[in-house]
Amino acid sequence: MKLFTELYVELDQTNKTNEKVEAMKFYFEHATKHDSAWALYFLSGRKPRQIVPSKLLRQWGLEMSGIPEWLYAESRDTVGDGAETIALLLPNITDVDQTPLHTLVEDQLLPLRGSDEETQKTAVTEAWSRMNYSQRLVYNKLITGAFRVGVSQLLVIRALSQLSELPTDVIAHRLMGEWTPSPEFFEKLLSPELDSDETPIARPYPFHLAHQIDFLPEDLGKISDWQAEWKWDGIRAQVIKRQDEVFIWSRGEDLMTERFPEIQEAAYVLPNGTVLDGELLPWRYGRVLPFTEMQRRIGRKNLSPKILSEVPVILQCYDLLEYEGRDIRSFEFATRREFLEKVLSELPAASREVFRITESVQAADWAHLAAHREKSRELGVEGFMLKHRGSPYRVGRHRGDWWKWKIDPLTVDAVLIYAQKGSGKRSNLFTDYTFGVWKDDELVPFAKAYSGLNDAEIRKVDRFVRDNTIEAFGPVRSVKAELVFELAFEAIQRSTRHRSGVAVRFPRISRWREDKRPEDADSLQTVFEMLDAYQTAAK
Amino acid sequence: MCMKRGSLISLTARGLYCKRGDFYIDPWRPVDRAILTHSHSDHAYRGNKSYLVVKDGEELARIRLDEDALIKTQPYGKKLDIDGVKVSFHPAGHILGSSQVRVEFQGEVWVISGDYKLTPDPTCAPFEPIKCNYFITEATFGLPIYKWTPPEQVFGEINDWWRRNQDRGKASVIFAYSLGKAQRVLNGVDGTIGPIYTHGAVERITNAYRRAGVPIHKTTYAGSVTNRKEFAGSLIVGPPSAQASTWLRRFGSISTGFASGWMMVRGARRQRAIDRGFVLSDHADWPELQTAIRATQAETVYVTHGFAPEMVRWLNENAMNAVPLKTHFVGDDAPELLDEESEGAV
Repeated sequence: MKLFTELYVELDQTNKTNEKVEAMKFYFEHATKHDSAWALYFLSGRKPRQIVPSKLLRQWGLEMSGIPEWLYAESRDTVGDGAETIALLLPNITDVDQTPLHTLVEDQLLPLRGSDEETQKTAVTEAWSRMNYSQRLVYNKLITGAFRVGVSQLLVIRALSQLSELPTDVIAHRLMGEWTPSPEFFEKLLSPELDSDETPIARPYPFHLAHQIDFLPEDLGKISDWQAEWKWDGIRAQVIKRQDEVFIWSRGEDLMTERFPEIQEAAYVLPNGTVLDGELLPWRYGRVLPFTEMQRRIGRKNLSPKILSEVPVILQCYDLLEYEGRDIRSFEFATRREFLEKVLSELPAASREVFRITESVQAADWAHLAAHREKSRELGVEGFMLKHRGSPYRVGRHRGDWWKWKIDPLTVDAVLIYAQKGSGKRSNLFTDYTFGVWKDDELVPFAKAYSGLNDAEIRKVDRFVRDNTIEAFGPVRSVKAELVFELAFEAIQRSTRHRSGVAVRFPRISRWREDKRPEDADSLQTVFEMLDAYQTAAK
Repeated sequence: MCMKRGSLISLTARGLYCKRGDFYIDPWRPVDRAILTHSHSDHAYRGNKSYLVVKDGEELARIRLDEDALIKTQPYGKKLDIDGVKVSFHPAGHILGSSQVRVEFQGEVWVISGDYKLTPDPTCAPFEPIKCNYFITEATFGLPIYKWTPPEQVFGEINDWWRRNQDRGKASVIFAYSLGKAQRVLNGVDGTIGPIYTHGAVERITNAYRRAGVPIHKTTYAGSVTNRKEFAGSLIVGPPSAQASTWLRRFGSISTGFASGWMMVRGARRQRAIDRGFVLSDHADWPELQTAIRATQAETVYVTHGFAPEMVRWLNENAMNAVPLKTHFVGDDAPELLDEESEGAV
C-alpha cells in the first residue's frame, strides 16, 4: 500500500486538478493491474462497508497510545476526524509497510468482517505497528468504511483516458454500474477494442448534469431553440430494460431496483434495449408529495404495503438514452424526445401512470416563461430546466446546452445562537451554526446551516464564537445573540420534531447582515405566515 | 489565573508583573519597564518606556520595536539585580534571541519560558532546562496529536518538493513566519538545488540573522528581480500573509507550501488551500512539553495559551500541580500575527 498511500497523500495535498491527474497517471503506470483495480475502486467513491466499528478502533488506539478518553475527545475535536486522530495518536514509527494494496484489502481487510473481536484486534494492532502515519490513516479510513479522496470521477476518467488514449466518454461508460476490482477488469477498461457485446446488461450511462444559469435567460437566444421543463426535486434515476431484466440506478450509482417495486413492475413492459432518464418522485392525486415523504420511504428496510400505498412513486421521464438497443445519446435532444414520446405512448395505461413524460412548458418568449416560473412553488418544483433542442446527451456537468433556472429561495433573517466545530477542512473552526428566530423575547432554534460564508467570514465568526461563548455543552457553544444572517431555503413545512414547529429544506447562509441588530431579526410569527402562504400556494 | 496574593510574579491587566522589582515580562499594555522573552508581536508590544532583552535578540528587537525605543541588553546566564530581585535570560530554543526569563527573590525562583522548543535548531541557542519553584509554560501545541517529524526528514521533503517543481519548470513558494521560521527554512534547505528568493519582510530579518553569525544560504530579494523568468525552478520564501496578496503573481507557474506545526492536521492544511504542508514548528510538541515541564521540578506549573485547559487537566491527572493562566499570548496561529508579519515588507 506504499504507492497507494503516496497517491492518497498527493491527492489530498494539492488543489490543482492537473497535479491530481498527473499523480493518478503516475500511480496507474507504476502499480500492478490488481492494485490499480482496487485503487480505481476506491478513487471512484466505491468502498467496502465498515469492517470494524469506529468505537473499537478508538478503544484499541487509546490502549496502544496510553491516552485517556477525554484527551482523545479533545484531540478529535481539533482534528475533526476520528480515523486521522487515531493515526496521529499512535506511537511514531518510520518504517513503511510494503504489503500490496490488493493483498491488504483481499487478505487482511475483507476477511476481518464478522470475525470475533479478539481476532480483529490482533490484526488491526499488528497492521498499525508496521505502518507509518499516512498508511495508518489510509488503513483506518478503509477499515471504517470512511475512505474518501478529493478527486471527482471526471478527473479519474481523465487520467485513465490520457493513459489509455481512449476517449473519456468510453472510459466513463465502462466505469458505470457494478464491477469487480480484478486485474481482468482493469485490463478490459483500458483495452482499445470497443466491443459493445461485452457491455454488461446492467450498466447505466453516465448522467448529463447542468449548472445553475448565472446570466439572464434572454441571453440564451431564441426561445424556440430551447425546451423548458419543470425542475423536479426527487431522485434522479436511470431505468434500464435489457434482455427482459430491469435495473434502476441512482445518480450516485446505487442500484435501487428493489426499492421501487412499482417502477420495476411497470418497466417490464418496456421494450428490451430501452434506457430512460428521469426523476423518481413520491406522487399522489396527480401531484408531487413533499420530499420528506420520499425520505420516509427510503429510510425503510422493508417496504410494507402500507407505505407503498401511502407514498407511491412515479418516474418523470426526461430523456431516452437507448432506443431499440442502440445508444442514441449523440442524437439531438428534439429527436430523442420524439422517440421518448413514442416509447411511452405505446405502453399500457397502467405503465403510463408510472412513466410520465415530463411536460414541455410552452411560452411565446422569455418573459412569458418567467411568468410561468412563478407557479413553481405551487407545483412543488424548483423552477425550470432549459435544454437546447439540438443538444446531445453529454457525460457529466457541462455549461452551454442544459441549464437549471431555479426560483429564488425563501429567506429569513435569523440570529446565531449555537456554534460547533466543523469536520474535515473546517475542523479547528466553528463553522456549524444553529440560528434562532424570535418568539416573544426568546430566540428559538429555527435552522442549522453550514455553508454560505467565505473563508474570511468564517474566521471572523470563529473569532466571535471564541470571544462570546456563554456556555459549552460538549462540543456545542451557546453564544451571545449578536450576529444576524439571512438564511435561504427551498421549502418550508410544519414539523413536530423541531422546537420551532417548522422544518426547512436546504437551509444555507445567503449573506451576513452586518447592518442588522439581533432585535431586527425575524420572528417565529413571520415564519409561520410564510408557511401559511407557502401551503396555500401549494393547494 | 489564580496566583497567590503577593506572590513574586502576578498577573495584572498589563501583563505578568513583578512588584518587588517593579518590572513586567512581555506586557501587552504600555509600562515603564518591560523585559521581553522574544520579538514575536504577541510578546513584544510597542510603546513601553524601556526594554530589557537578551544580547542575542537586540537587533531583532530594534527591527520590531519603535525606532527610538530605549533598549538595554544582558547576555544569557548573567544575573542582573533589580531592587534585590535577580533576573537572568536563558535560551528558549524558539528563535534567535529567544529567552526564558528567570526571576529569583529570597530563594523563590520563577521561570517565564515565553515560547520554546526542544527540537535542535541551528539558528538559535538550544533550550536550557532550569530548576524552579514556579514555571510558566506555553501550550500552543498541547495535545498528543502534535508530535513533530524529525527536522532532517522535513527538510528532505522540502528539498524533494523543490526538485520536483524545478523539473516541471515551476517556482516553489514556501510560506513561513518572517521572524524565525523563514530563517530556519533558509538554513535547512539544500541550497545547491537552485537560487533562493525572499519577500522583503523575510529578507530584512534574514540579514539580521546573518549578522548574528547564523549560516544561511545566499538569498536575493524578489523585488529586485527584473527578469521574471529567473523565478522558474527557484525557491521563494515569504510570510503567510503574502499568500492572499498580488505578490505571488509575479512568479509565474508555482507550487505553494506552508511550514508550520499546524500542518500536522489535514484539516488545517486544506483550509489554507496550499499545495503542500510541511510540519516544521518553533514550538514544543506534546512530548517536548512533558519533558520540559518535568525537568523544571516546579511545584506549580502555570499554563498559558493554546491548549492550556487540556494540558492543565493532563498534568493534574499525572500528579503535577498545574493551573491555567490567561494571558494575551497567542502562539503563532492568530490571524493578527499573520497580518503583522507583512508589515516589515520593504
